[in-house]
Amino acid sequence: MNVVTQIRTAAEQALGIAVEQRTAAAEAGRIGELRRAAATAFAANGLPHRRVEEWKYTDLRALQREAAPLAGTPDAAAVAAASADVMSIEGAPRILFVNGTLVGSASDLALGAGITVEPLDAALRGPLADRVGALAPQRYDGPLALNTVFLGSGLVVRVAAGAKIETPLHIANVFTGAAASTYGRVVLVVEEGAEVTLVESFQGPDGVAYQTNSALELFVGDEAHADYIRVQEEGDAALHLATLMTEIGRNAQLHTFSFTSGAKASRISLYGRFGGQHSQAGLNGVNLLKNKQHADVTLLLDHAVPHCESRELFKSVLADESHGVFQGKIVVHPDAQKTDGRMMSRALLLGETAEMDNKPELEIFADDVQCGHGATVGDLDETLLFYLKARGIPQKEAEALLVQAFVGEALELLENETLREFLIARAAAWLVRRAG
Amino acid sequence: MPAVQETVDQVRSLDVDQYKYGFVTDIESEKAPKGLSEDTVRYISAKKNEPEWMLEWRLDAYRRWLTMEEPTWARVSYPKIDFQDYYYYAQPKKRPQSLDEIDPEILATYDKLGIPLREREALLGIENPSRPIAVDAVFDSVSVATTFKAELAKQGVIFCSISEAIREHPELVKQYLGSVVPVSDNFYATLNTAVFSDGSFVYIPKGVRCPMELSTYFRINERNTGQFERTLIIADEGAYVSYLEGCTAPQRDENQLHAAVVELVALKDAEIKYSTVQNWYPGDKDGKGGIYNFVTKRGDCRGDNSKISWTQVETGSAITWKYPSCILRGDNSQGEFYSIAISNGFQQVDSGTKMIHLGKNTSSRIISKGIAAGRSENTYRGQVTAHRRATNSRNFTNCDSLLIGDKCGAHTVPYIEAKNSSAVFEHEATTSKISEDQLFYCLQRGLSPEEAVALIVNGFVKDVLQQLPMEFAVEAQKLISVSLEGSVG
Repeated sequence: MNVVTQIRTAAEQALGIAVEQRTAAAEAGRIGELRRAAATAFAANGLPHRRVEEWKYTDLRALQREAAPLAGTPDAAAVAAASADVMSIEGAPRILFVNGTLVGSASDLALGAGITVEPLDAALRGPLADRVGALAPQRYDGPLALNTVFLGSGLVVRVAAGAKIETPLHIANVFTGAAASTYGRVVLVVEEGAEVTLVESFQGPDGVAYQTNSALELFVGDEAHADYIRVQEEGDAALHLATLMTEIGRNAQLHTFSFTSGAKASRISLYGRFGGQHSQAGLNGVNLLKNKQHADVTLLLDHAVPHCESRELFKSVLADESHGVFQGKIVVHPDAQKTDGRMMSRALLLGETAEMDNKPELEIFADDVQCGHGATVGDLDETLLFYLKARGIPQKEAEALLVQAFVGEALELLENETLREFLIARAAAWLVRRAG
Repeated sequence: MPAVQETVDQVRSLDVDQYKYGFVTDIESEKAPKGLSEDTVRYISAKKNEPEWMLEWRLDAYRRWLTMEEPTWARVSYPKIDFQDYYYYAQPKKRPQSLDEIDPEILATYDKLGIPLREREALLGIENPSRPIAVDAVFDSVSVATTFKAELAKQGVIFCSISEAIREHPELVKQYLGSVVPVSDNFYATLNTAVFSDGSFVYIPKGVRCPMELSTYFRINERNTGQFERTLIIADEGAYVSYLEGCTAPQRDENQLHAAVVELVALKDAEIKYSTVQNWYPGDKDGKGGIYNFVTKRGDCRGDNSKISWTQVETGSAITWKYPSCILRGDNSQGEFYSIAISNGFQQVDSGTKMIHLGKNTSSRIISKGIAAGRSENTYRGQVTAHRRATNSRNFTNCDSLLIGDKCGAHTVPYIEAKNSSAVFEHEATTSKISEDQLFYCLQRGLSPEEAVALIVNGFVKDVLQQLPMEFAVEAQKLISVSLEGSVG
């Protein structure tokens, strides 16, 4: 009846201008169309706010007060600083992005047989260009629309059919310098029967209000096996927005793990779809938050075909006044019989005024299914604490032990031992930093 | 896979036209002019001899309603409702002075429903005469008769129609009406406030344990009559009351609109138990007709140590939009929600609860069992919130869905919000079909497929059935078996 005219925030107006400038020049081909469609979507909807159901608990209009300028190409000093700070994973070849720009000189680009990497801007003109944007959901939300408009920086990784890549590939994103915004996208194509593990990490300085917008498109081919681990340790004033999109083929396996302890505010939107039967997905994660941090994990898993299995386990530790959000939705289509889906979100509230919002949803249109979800919120168990203290362990240490055990349940799900140890160490470091 | 085949067959052959209570009683009735305007509101108010303040309240609601939009967030779809195409008031023409004057046709209708209206019949109708059931029968919009009034009055309990309460007990009505569900709470509640026709009013004085179960039977009987019941129950300090509500409606083609508001107020140490069996006409086997049921039910645990418990068995209506909720305001207060929602044919159910924890040491429990068959859609939508100051709040939620047939849908949409660290919330939900193992086990012990399904479904909903008062549990069990009747073999 009454049409509400949205008043655009300053950030939206600034972003709107940047979007117009980016799409002003007539760009031919599919990428140009993609960019224009995303620009139209952003012009129509702006940034998502709490009246948008999927963003109910993360009001981006309120969280993103300013539109940071696009980050420029980093100078030698920035690259040197980033190279010094960047986290490294034992034995894993690393590709370095500084302020959203690929630094070829500091990256391992020759990866051996079976796996090739190509900068996204070059790939947009190559044979894999069709994959870019192919997994986007029908309705763009604000962050993905912006990521699509500013598409350019990123990487296309292709794992050839049958190739079994033993060592994980590490894509490291480091931010340095004054506040700016970066838009990056990784496209990972795991061909039939191939196996690969990809790690993406994000880090940056505290106290700088920079903005990271990252997107991943992950194609898991038939009989393929893909592991994706993301480590988000952005600076404490940063805004981190991520969109993960994946399609899983027949008889395939996908495991994702999301480790979040950084950024002032972050959001991961995960869209997964089973495209072939008898496949398996495990989507897990750990969020460690303190002070006034806000972290939102929203996932939508589409069981479009029969005989697939999915497992989700998310653990949140919320200290101080932090705010955790988990929204998970399993959709089972009318013909997707024999679907087996289990989703679990557990939160530990350490801070008196910490807040956790859970919205686990099931949407089921097939009858021969086994689906369930659970959500718990609670404090540290007093009796367990007492048990430890009675055995002479000081309060703080006892707390740390219990928290470690709590997140351990999710971390143990990581198959790769090096990565499991890597993340357990980072969780332990977080606990030490918090106690200190 | 014979077991699967039988499940499929049972749904296919499930005949929703078997609606047992689908008949129309032919009695004269008086209607307000069709449509909704300030004049309709004034007409209703005048018909009820209401005081000026009540009319003002209704008009205020009507004006606010004009500015509101129909909510669309629920997972239900139906053709746009033309609110001008309904009658908003209808009453039987003959106002009875005593039971003897009640239209014999109405009495016969109640007989068919098995409701003992006369005290004598009520006493005969139950096993334990020392705890008789009082029936405040709402036939269309007007309370036709109220029984047991004298006995209740002895205890100081007020149990009458809301219209009577407005005239006889204005101070109580003014104090509590609209205090739990505010005038502009939501689209349908506001509509109800403007045009509510009748309903029940209960006041239990301090320290009184209501000596009998209070019960109301609703029937929608007049063609194209919107039904807007308004119920207000107040349990004063230390009081206890158990209130039963049951309804069933005749079969007809046009969709009927129903927007009820129920408000419960529990003061310090008080307890209210509210049970519902809803079996309105769900539409025919092609999904035509049926009742649109948009209900706002909310309880306010206003005092410390108070308790409100909702139990519902929902088997009817084409569309159900209903979220009986508890506001746990008083310290140590408790809220409970037990629900069985069965949908079949083309029924759409979007139901659940809200537990709003505001006081310290508050606890709530939600047990919801959804059974979807045929081409129905069954959604649980719930919210559990602990506010900053609601320290040590506890919630346990369990919502299970059972799917019978591959054309139906079962959905779960819970919102779980904890805003302080001492809250402990647990939520679990499962969706599955009747397992072949269970069926096989029953069959190989000589049960017929129909008996086996009935047994398993009964086990599935047992947790909730146990919460119903004994007198009601029997009726509810009958309803569940009727709902799944003819589904096997």
